[in-house]
Amino acid sequence: MNAPSFNAHGVWAIYRFELGRWFRTIWQSVATPVITTSLYFVVFGTAIGSRMGDIEGVSYGAYIVPGLIMLTVFTESIFNAAFGIYFPKFTGTIYELLSAPVSAFEAVLAYVGAAVTKSVVLGLVILGTASLIVPVHIEHPLAMLTFLILIAATFCLFGFIIGVLSNNFEQMQVVPMLVVTPLTFLGGAFYSINMLPQFWQNVAHFNPVVYLISGFRWSFFGKGDVAIEISLAATFAMFLICLGVVAWIFKTGYRLKN
Amino acid sequence: MTPIVSIQNLTKTYKSGLQALKPVSLDIRPGEIFALLGPNGAGKTTLISIICGIVTPTSGTVIADGHDIQKEFRDARMKIGLVPQELTTDRFETVWNTVRFSRGLFGRAPDAAFLEKVLRDLTLWDKRNDLLQTLSGGMKRRVMIAKALSHEPSILFLDEPTAGVDVELRRDMWALVRRLRDDGVTIILTTHYIDEAEEMADRIGVINKGELILVEEKATLIKKLGKKQLTLVLQEPMTAVPAELAEWNLALKDGGHELEYTFDANAERKGIASLLRRVTDLNIGFRDVHTTQSSLEDIFVSLVSERGRA
Repeated sequence: MNAPSFNAHGVWAIYRFELGRWFRTIWQSVATPVITTSLYFVVFGTAIGSRMGDIEGVSYGAYIVPGLIMLTVFTESIFNAAFGIYFPKFTGTIYELLSAPVSAFEAVLAYVGAAVTKSVVLGLVILGTASLIVPVHIEHPLAMLTFLILIAATFCLFGFIIGVLSNNFEQMQVVPMLVVTPLTFLGGAFYSINMLPQFWQNVAHFNPVVYLISGFRWSFFGKGDVAIEISLAATFAMFLICLGVVAWIFKTGYRLKN
Repeated sequence: MTPIVSIQNLTKTYKSGLQALKPVSLDIRPGEIFALLGPNGAGKTTLISIICGIVTPTSGTVIADGHDIQKEFRDARMKIGLVPQELTTDRFETVWNTVRFSRGLFGRAPDAAFLEKVLRDLTLWDKRNDLLQTLSGGMKRRVMIAKALSHEPSILFLDEPTAGVDVELRRDMWALVRRLRDDGVTIILTTHYIDEAEEMADRIGVINKGELILVEEKATLIKKLGKKQLTLVLQEPMTAVPAELAEWNLALKDGGHELEYTFDANAERKGIASLLRRVTDLNIGFRDVHTTQSSLEDIFVSLVSERGRA
């Protein structure tokens, strides 16, 4: 029996295995980000937001919904994908993946696909939670889903890279904690960068997260900090860069095999 | 006979500069049990890891069941099962889930009946719903084998299969390996235990410092390289070997109480019978006679140490 040109059983096995791991701790996996995000809504949306005026015609509580979803999607995507590949390295079970008839593309599809699934589900759960607290209107639902999936995929790929490069669990936390979260806070998750002084607006344009949040926010309200075309292009560019790095890792076996 | 695994001029030099494998060429016959012996760091695991796709070779080719392991990696890897040396398992998975995962990973459609057979053969069926972290070391080893067999490979690599298992389980493993061979699976095993190779292997390869120094049928190897010794326990001690016995090149042992005759197992040049006749003719009294034959372990130690001196 000759091997098929695409190992669908292999992809499905990894995907199901990864989701199975998630389902074992589903309540912690979902409850933690939902509770954290709900607290953000209570503090920023309700307590502080009630004292703030509308931003570009949108109530403050509703305005921060896309940013908060992104904050969770960024961190969860990175963590899930990083853990997905780091854990087999840590336990030694990576031998099985490396010796299996699974191509680089298939492995990435399965691991990143599972991590994206988790992130998208979490994003939608947070959206549902937010809609219970503040009125949320989505102007471009299809674009919202597209951005959500694309951004989740980008950060899952990024997380995959971190997982491959990490030598211990602490290193896996460094980039999300010290880089991604600050960039998200400074990337307009809680405000429009147009509210910043001109100098800092210029600086903010060097922050890639600005383009992601702006595009996602555009899908909700039809307006963002930067033009939707630029947001989309930047999101695609980040996706392709991460995809290229991951493809190179598998092609060369960098940090995966000797 | 077309080999099921054909290794040609395989080399591996790690980034550190360590040459783990010098050019190695080896053919494995279908349906045999091939034991690869060698001291720590000899290159056994590197060789297996290259064939299985875990380590990238520096040069050379490997054909597994007709497929180049690099150019046709999918076909080659579907034919290969690997039981690694380390007990690496997903602690929080059940036996059933981890075996089912392995089958899917290797591109096989789900087949609950086949997996049940594998688990029953390995006496794991009753443990199928147990978490791996609750199993004993021996049971985990069986799970590793079940995972490796889950995709019905025709070639099975066992890297130190009985390392750290008790004697009873070792015997069970040996029986299992023989059953697999009887089912048509070609088995390549590495081991530190010479008696394991002696017990199970059809052919033996000895690897040392990345070099395959010998490949031989087990029986032939023992016959060819094995030594036999005949010891005469004397009634009266001697101070020197009589000149009349010089042609047998005897040695005096135990303070002159024993005469020792060493000869090749397959080439009794001078013959035991003629020696005993001559001893009798010389009126040399002896109380006892016994013979010993060198084991595979003796041969292995001798081969490796000879190479070390070279």
